[in-house]
Amino acid sequence: MPSTEVGYVRRELPEKLKTIGLSLFAVGTGLGIIGFLINPERTSLSYLVTFMFLVSIGIGSLFLVALEYAVGADWSTPFRRISEFLAAVIPFLLILVIPLLLNMRNIFPWTHKSIVNSSELLKGKTAYLNIPFFIIRSLGIFIIWWVFYYFIIRNSRKQDSSKDQLLTKKNVNISSGFIPVFGLSITAIAFDWMMSLEPNWFSTIFGVYYFSGTVWCALAALTLIVILLNERGYLHRKIDSEHYYTLGLLMFAFTVFWAYIAFSQYLLIWYADLPDETIWFMHRWIGPWKIVSLAIVFTHFIFPFFYLLSYKVKMQAKKLKFIAIWILCAHLLDLYWLVMPGMPSNGYQYYFSWTDLVFPIAGVGLLILIFKYLSQKYNLLPIGDPKLQRGLDFHL
Amino acid sequence: MSENKNLNSVAALFDTPNKIINAAKKVKEAGYTKFDVNTPYPVHGMDKAMGLGQSKIGYVTLFFGFAGAIFIFLFMGWTMAINYPYIVGGKPLFPFQAFIPITFEVTVLCGSIATVVGMLAVFFNLPFLNHPIHDSNYIKEVSIDKFGVVIEAQDPIFERDKVTEFLKSLGGEKIEYINEPEKEEFKILQPKFILFLVVVAALTSFGTFITLNKLMYVVPFNWMDNQRKSNPQSETNFFYDGYAMRTPVVGTVAKEFMPYPYQGQAQPEVPLANPTLPTEQLLKMGQEKFLTFCSPCHGNYAQGVSRLKGQFPPGPTLHSAKIIGYSDGMIYNIITNGQNAMPSYAYQIPREQRWAIIDYIRVLQRAQNPNPSDFQAIKELNKESGKNAVN
Repeated sequence: MPSTEVGYVRRELPEKLKTIGLSLFAVGTGLGIIGFLINPERTSLSYLVTFMFLVSIGIGSLFLVALEYAVGADWSTPFRRISEFLAAVIPFLLILVIPLLLNMRNIFPWTHKSIVNSSELLKGKTAYLNIPFFIIRSLGIFIIWWVFYYFIIRNSRKQDSSKDQLLTKKNVNISSGFIPVFGLSITAIAFDWMMSLEPNWFSTIFGVYYFSGTVWCALAALTLIVILLNERGYLHRKIDSEHYYTLGLLMFAFTVFWAYIAFSQYLLIWYADLPDETIWFMHRWIGPWKIVSLAIVFTHFIFPFFYLLSYKVKMQAKKLKFIAIWILCAHLLDLYWLVMPGMPSNGYQYYFSWTDLVFPIAGVGLLILIFKYLSQKYNLLPIGDPKLQRGLDFHL
Repeated sequence: MSENKNLNSVAALFDTPNKIINAAKKVKEAGYTKFDVNTPYPVHGMDKAMGLGQSKIGYVTLFFGFAGAIFIFLFMGWTMAINYPYIVGGKPLFPFQAFIPITFEVTVLCGSIATVVGMLAVFFNLPFLNHPIHDSNYIKEVSIDKFGVVIEAQDPIFERDKVTEFLKSLGGEKIEYINEPEKEEFKILQPKFILFLVVVAALTSFGTFITLNKLMYVVPFNWMDNQRKSNPQSETNFFYDGYAMRTPVVGTVAKEFMPYPYQGQAQPEVPLANPTLPTEQLLKMGQEKFLTFCSPCHGNYAQGVSRLKGQFPPGPTLHSAKIIGYSDGMIYNIITNGQNAMPSYAYQIPREQRWAIIDYIRVLQRAQNPNPSDFQAIKELNKESGKNAVN
């Protein structure tokens, strides 16, 4: 067992994880393929929800890594490796996107000539919303993310052995370049993959809305994994409740930020009361969707807000674990609520499908597999980082 | 304790944040409860080292934040829905969505003000500003670059020599004995001080007023401030009678204005004849103007059902035999001059539109009181279109 200056003792994660990850992934994927064979229209929408969830985890985690470098934060340095492992989903997006690209005609109404020709608004949008440009745009963005991911993570890993402080400086520059690119690209992804499901509707804040959920979800995943690993002694004994508190504080901040953005979008549409804007909320206020919409307000804002308000809750690992899982589920529900109501393949009539439950299982399995694989190759702490000692010594 | 009755506390200075954290930990471990640490900047980890619990100020923020939120939400609801029910922008009487931004702002405002005031008043003991250590050499050092610990004489296990030895053993330098001040003076609310504040406030207001309005007054663009013209309702020396506003010459008529011969008369001697021919276009205009000006009181179909919910006396039905019997000129007279509670509409509705409204009223009256021949006409219309509309 190699030990380092900061007192990090490397231990392998249990082999059991591989079995769990593999079985979840295999079951999910297998059932998913059956779903695609039976009903590709409905299944591709279920798949889209989980795909967006993985995008959230991957790019949100890379954003957290870049943010840490860009602002020079040291308290989060001990957890950076975990965000890096989660960001490893990004290269997989290029493969994961293939089933969606093959099923584009089942997902996006604007791919059909008859629908486009029926609306002047859609005719005007064809310069942006057309199949070749859409594919180029999506793949281009995933590749750009991959490039940034590759360079930031490569420098970070190299530092483990070389202890070269210049690598941190390099990463600060790369991260500062990444953040504006991230802002633009995540807006484009949110517009393309979720807003264009109801192509007549548009909201300029939609990208920010998705961004707020993304970072929230990535933070929750980070918190959950940090606490699970640290409780079992895989990280460092110096990581304690004060680190947890700061993670909880950030989750709390993004709870409020999401509510601020979501309400900003709603309030303007509610005030103006224009039919082509309100239709999006009307789709989410008909029948059972009304309950889901209200559930979003409760699960995504009210409950986490009051739960995380207290100082003591943010200090307790057990309670933070609970809210982290809650947040992950709430974000998944939020994505479901964004995607499903505008279901084109069935005349905008929603119906529940078992495939909705299948893909999240496969997604979690994939994340566990990636995490386990990377944890075998790399340390769970960035032991060469000059900020690590200060991060471990962090006090409120 | 007997050797110095006035002793308030014993202070010691340290050089680095690490030393002070260590010292704070040791002082706490030794069992002292009434001690404090002074540093030139916030030292991370000090709360834990001193064994301080969570600050209570958060509860003040929480309480006042929620109180502000609930108050302003209910207050807006009360003004909008109960005290003066008024529909704005076609929204419901209780548009809670519109209240949320203000509720948010007031929550933050109340929470932050309560935090600052609560901190000053409750936790810092305002208005008592003085503290014994303020007059010491110690406070000068810790407000520059030293870190200090103070153990107060009030502490149950305080013993002067023991504490001195203990602080020295921790590495403390420049041990200082701080005495209670002779007499606590409460300086803020003395009459002299209040008089001073009043004088300063008066001088500042007066000086600002004079400076901005007289000494430094600069006209930004003077070409529109003073013009050689008379404003309405003002005086002038241009005309012999001193009035700037003139009455028109007797007998003049404004361009394109048709004078009404029975202005102000309830009963015209010879009612005017309707000059219009009821074309479809004219009736559509009549309908539009009727719905705009007449329907609020008389109802959409002139049936005398008001939309005003008792805020204004409802207008009568226009389907009574009396009104059906009125000539067009008589109705024109009523619209132009007003009748009973109905004001004159001469200034809101031009002449042609008044006649168009009368034509439309006739259509409404005929629709409510159809002739037998009308049914025959409808039946023939239905036959032509192939539908059976009359069930």
